[in-house]
Amino acid sequence: MIQVLAFYLFAALTIASATLVIMARNPVHSVLWLIVAFFNAAGLMVLVGAEFIAMLLVIVYVGAVAVLFLFVVMMLDIDFAELRAGFVKNFPLGMLIAVVLAAELVLGIGAYRAGSLELGTPDGSAAPLLGKSNIESIGALLYTKYLFLFESAGIILLVAMIGAIVLTHRERKGTRPQIISKQVRRRPEDATVNVKPEVGQGVQL
Amino acid sequence: MDFAASLKLIAPELLMSVSGLVLLLVSAWVGDKASRAISVAAAVVLGACFFLVAPAVCSGASGPDTLAFGGQFSADAFAGLAKLMIFAAGGAALVIAPAFFERFNAMRAEYPVLILFAVLGMSIMVSARDLITLYIGLELNSLAAYVLAAFLRTDDRSAEAGLKYFVLGALASGILLFGMSLTYGFTGTTSFEGIRVALNGEMAMGALFGLIFMLAGLAFKISAVPFHMWTPDVYEGAPTPVTAFFASAPKVAALALTMRVTLEAFGAQDDAWRQIVIFAAIASIVIGALGAIGQSNLKRLLAYSSINNVGFILIGLAAGTPAGASAMLVYLAIYVAMTVGGFVAVLMLKDENGNSVEAIADIAGLSRTRPALAFCLMLVMFSLAGIPPLFGFWGKFVVFQAAVNAGFVALAAIGIAASVIGAFYYIKVVKVMYFDEPADVVKGESDWAHWALLAISALAISPLGYLLTPWLGNLADKAAAVLFLGV
Amino acid sequence: MSSILIIVFLPLLASAIAGLGNRALGNTVAKSVTTAGLFISCGLSWPIFISFLTGAAEPTVVPVLQWVHSGNMTFDWALRVDTLTAIMLVVITSVSALVHLYSWGYMSDDPDQPRFFSYLSLFTFAMLMLVTADNLVQMFFGWEGVGLASYLLIGFWFKKPSAGAAAIKAFVVNRVGDLGFMLGIFGTFLVFQTTSIPEILAAAPALKGASTIGFLGMRFDTLTILCLLLFIGAMGKSAQLGLHTWLPDAMEGPTPVSALIHAATMVTAGVFMVCRLSPMFQAAPDALTVVTFIGAATCFFAATVGTTQWDIKRVIAYSTCSQLGYMFFAAGVGAYGAAMFHLFTHAFFKALLFLGAGSVIHAMHHEQDMRYYGNLRKHIPITFWAMMAGTLAITGVGILGVFGFAGFYSKDSILEAAFASGTEMGRTAFWLGAFAALLTSFYSWRLMFLTFWGKPRWSQSEHIQHAVHDEHGHADHGHDHAHDDHHSHGEHDDGTAGYHPHESPWVMLTPLIILSVGAVFAGFVFSPYFIDSEHFWQGAIYYNEHLIHSMHGVPLWVKLTATAVMLIGFVVAWFAYIKDTSIPRKFVDQFRNLHAFLYNKWYFDELYNLIFVKPAFWLGRQLWLKGDVGLIDRFGPNGAAWVVEKGAVVARKVQSGYLYSYALVMLLGLVAAISWMMVQ
Repeated sequence: MIQVLAFYLFAALTIASATLVIMARNPVHSVLWLIVAFFNAAGLMVLVGAEFIAMLLVIVYVGAVAVLFLFVVMMLDIDFAELRAGFVKNFPLGMLIAVVLAAELVLGIGAYRAGSLELGTPDGSAAPLLGKSNIESIGALLYTKYLFLFESAGIILLVAMIGAIVLTHRERKGTRPQIISKQVRRRPEDATVNVKPEVGQGVQL
Repeated sequence: MDFAASLKLIAPELLMSVSGLVLLLVSAWVGDKASRAISVAAAVVLGACFFLVAPAVCSGASGPDTLAFGGQFSADAFAGLAKLMIFAAGGAALVIAPAFFERFNAMRAEYPVLILFAVLGMSIMVSARDLITLYIGLELNSLAAYVLAAFLRTDDRSAEAGLKYFVLGALASGILLFGMSLTYGFTGTTSFEGIRVALNGEMAMGALFGLIFMLAGLAFKISAVPFHMWTPDVYEGAPTPVTAFFASAPKVAALALTMRVTLEAFGAQDDAWRQIVIFAAIASIVIGALGAIGQSNLKRLLAYSSINNVGFILIGLAAGTPAGASAMLVYLAIYVAMTVGGFVAVLMLKDENGNSVEAIADIAGLSRTRPALAFCLMLVMFSLAGIPPLFGFWGKFVVFQAAVNAGFVALAAIGIAASVIGAFYYIKVVKVMYFDEPADVVKGESDWAHWALLAISALAISPLGYLLTPWLGNLADKAAAVLFLGV
Repeated sequence: MSSILIIVFLPLLASAIAGLGNRALGNTVAKSVTTAGLFISCGLSWPIFISFLTGAAEPTVVPVLQWVHSGNMTFDWALRVDTLTAIMLVVITSVSALVHLYSWGYMSDDPDQPRFFSYLSLFTFAMLMLVTADNLVQMFFGWEGVGLASYLLIGFWFKKPSAGAAAIKAFVVNRVGDLGFMLGIFGTFLVFQTTSIPEILAAAPALKGASTIGFLGMRFDTLTILCLLLFIGAMGKSAQLGLHTWLPDAMEGPTPVSALIHAATMVTAGVFMVCRLSPMFQAAPDALTVVTFIGAATCFFAATVGTTQWDIKRVIAYSTCSQLGYMFFAAGVGAYGAAMFHLFTHAFFKALLFLGAGSVIHAMHHEQDMRYYGNLRKHIPITFWAMMAGTLAITGVGILGVFGFAGFYSKDSILEAAFASGTEMGRTAFWLGAFAALLTSFYSWRLMFLTFWGKPRWSQSEHIQHAVHDEHGHADHGHDHAHDDHHSHGEHDDGTAGYHPHESPWVMLTPLIILSVGAVFAGFVFSPYFIDSEHFWQGAIYYNEHLIHSMHGVPLWVKLTATAVMLIGFVVAWFAYIKDTSIPRKFVDQFRNLHAFLYNKWYFDELYNLIFVKPAFWLGRQLWLKGDVGLIDRFGPNGAAWVVEKGAVVARKVQSGYLYSYALVMLLGLVAAISWMMVQ
């Protein structure tokens, strides 16, 4: 009973906060609502026994991604009024589409067989190892069955990294960075000159 | 699980990954000076992969021996044939790029690396026999593509193209993922084989939704109507070599993937997806043709042309028969040649300062100022229009034939009728080149690599291409048969 | 007998070389290639003909290519060589070769000579294809081929509007005939299930009067309707009464063309076709009656018109029309041998007359009006003698049992056959033919007298005046001619305007001389073969033994009729144009209406304009404005283009460039797809 209550609580809050992410006028608020959505999603994960995923959600998404979003939103000078102009124009139709889609999904999936969902039976290939923790189960799968996909996913992240660098990194000309090796290599005799100028003649450099 | 056997099967992908990493390191240490060398190295890698894959294609490999990692990945003849096209198109994108980017002083060593990883992603896509493999491949390709679209970051249009592509691509990915999760939920498995077994019989509404969402996500990748809206903007904005790449390789990969999903995973449920495919096919042909009329930019025109062509290819899918699948592969092969030829020709249009010439009005009278280039472009245009002596006609012909033989006479008739609309704008380009007063804008000289590639494409789509038909048809038949083994 | 392949295809090859090479090849090469090709063909044709004369050759069929194998319709390219073909071969290749040669001189100033010679050779190929046809479809191919070549050659000087109009007229009138021919072929295939001529001819006699066929909602005798349809085709090509209007206009083409196509060969295709299908026609007596009637009527009609024309080529054109009439009524009464014989002799003397007329025209700077000729026998004696030979041949001069010119034998035998046929229509044809022979003699001598006798009258001719002026212009540059100028100015009042016609070059005179020989001797030499020898024909035509016997048994006065009317015509012409040149004037004043009727060619052109041309133009205009533009274009191409254009605008508008709308369209598509599947 308590589980059901908790499920509906988390689910409702997830949906509500996700809606508020796109509805909020202030982008900072949006990010905050996103954090709420992540937390509730983590709660759902805990409910189905996937505590590792739940932790990941909190640590990675809330701790890193969402905070990064906050920084980006606060640092970038974006004219939100202009951005929202198109949003407002398309909002009614977009909302309508969303409602229709949601209604159809509910109708199609939920009410199709008068309440009883006919989900497929998992084929068991990804079943948790008995008596092992979440982390162990996932680890065992990732490094055996899904090794190829795991490594490929690594390459995706690498590509994302390359992309970020390619698109943003530029060599600044005209800056004078400190070159330590050059400093160390420098000898006093290269740096100073001993001159004895004649009186009234000035210095010849 | 026999890792050694699996690794052997993914040898091309392994080669691409490892060399991609090595080249990345080289580019990081040596810098942009090495970009030409890295391009050449990447092209050599793709060439090597080409020959690694070729035996499987020729022998028509299929069955359990081709499955790696417990059936997540399949190195069969179908995947092989698609990979051959992808590698060829990827190689072309590598060859044509340096001369282009150097004009803007924007050639960077990361370009070949990104192309290599994008090709890797596509290679995984076409070999996918599991929803997760599908998604990993798709995302790998997509991420690289987003970056490539915005590669000319000093150019506003390029940046805009990258952004649009990224946002809409993310939306499409979301739709695809949602569809995949629904499918998993209703079938209990992510493997295509499992999905087909689970769906043998009546299809639950939820699984149907999953199918539709997945098709929508894939339709975005192949830019089928109504998921095509990004195509003209991105093709126009992206640097031309990248556009050439987008229009060729990912189309092959995404279409091959679509075939795998529909014919392999949902092969028993063809009634469920056929209507959607038919609609997408007709809508793509019509919108692609209508949209192209009145375009003044060559790249935009070719973008609509690619939408139009995807429509024709989907007619083969709507047939749902081995002949239809084979026809799609034949069409794709011809399409790659035509598209690469077309974009290389566009790439070679430069004014005296070396800037790209993309406006159709600027190539007026090209036949008098640059006869060879105009002739090749004319061949491409006539071939895209499907004018008989050229090879483009053959692609359309086999597709329509498959549709008619499968009983979709009306569909073929509509396709043929709509191709007339398409012929209008292709021929208009030819008319502008051959009959208008010379605008005398195109001046610059072209790289020999461009000429070579253009010559190869022109030769392939010329009537000489018909010499290939028995060989190509045979390979395509063998490849297409793989998808129908489980039926 | 594979030389037939060379005979037929060499002209095609030469035509292709000359036509495709055109100016790149140059005049001389193009002319040499085509002319040489024709002379080789001609040289190969005569042995074939002679071998048939001696009875050494058998009819053969030389297969060339598979053509159509579709259902139960099968026909191939095959060249049939029998007596009929052999006759046509020598006629076509000889006349064509001579015309090619003649054209070297006649066309020497023309800028488009390769084109001209290419067309000539193409025509020859098509004509050879026609006469060697083994099936009706191949014959139709040749039929249309000669029609095309004729069109191209009539309109050869396409910059002249009248030439273009004449070419179109010839084509359109021929289409009317061709429609009949096509229907005939279709019908034949329907009835006999084959287009092979030998098979049709073998099957035709069995159908005589035994079957009927529905046509235009009524029942007719099958063979009669088929033969009549085929005959309509023949009427078009051979310019028979009703469909003759194109032939006089066709004289707009260069004169060698008139000689080759519109006198010697193409216009005889109809006669050839009727003879080729003679067993079939023989099985349809009603159709033969029509053939006889049309032939006799044409013969009479054209001869009457010929008496009043002033244009030298038109006179000969009507003469051709009239002579074709003779051939048809000969065929109509069953004397196919006589018809072919007249075709054979006519080819020589009519080609001769045309080429002679061409030579006159050449000498007179393209003046064709006989009123501006006169006394030319002094200036161009060789042409004069050649024309004289032609005139003697066409009028049929000869003494019974001794010797006669070509026309004497052929025309007499036709008249005798018509008389001997014993039918009422045959007798009518005999009297019409006899009267036409009188008129033939009259207008032929009229032509001769006007052209070669009397006083020079060309000072009034614009062509000559131009020519004289041009010469003056040239003479201004050279002192040598100064004296001549003075001289010519002084002679103005003798009707020459100082212009002296000069004889044509030898390339033009040589063909005239050769043809003269033919015109003189062809009848005498070949008459026994064509008329009396069943062995010669070897079944190539229907040979009516009975008719030949009764031909020889006609009363003497019948045999003498032709000679008598010829003499009368000659005497009348002599009185009118030599003795007292005011007679024609008086005659015209006396019978103004009759003259106008004849001079305006019985008002056929005006009648056709009123009945066919104007309504057709009106109908065409309506169909164009209301049907094509208003209906088909509006809802067809233009409508579709409009929809496409609007669609393109919409498609561009939707492509707004905004991310929102793109995403929206994607989602809309998704929702639409799901809704559709749920509704299903």
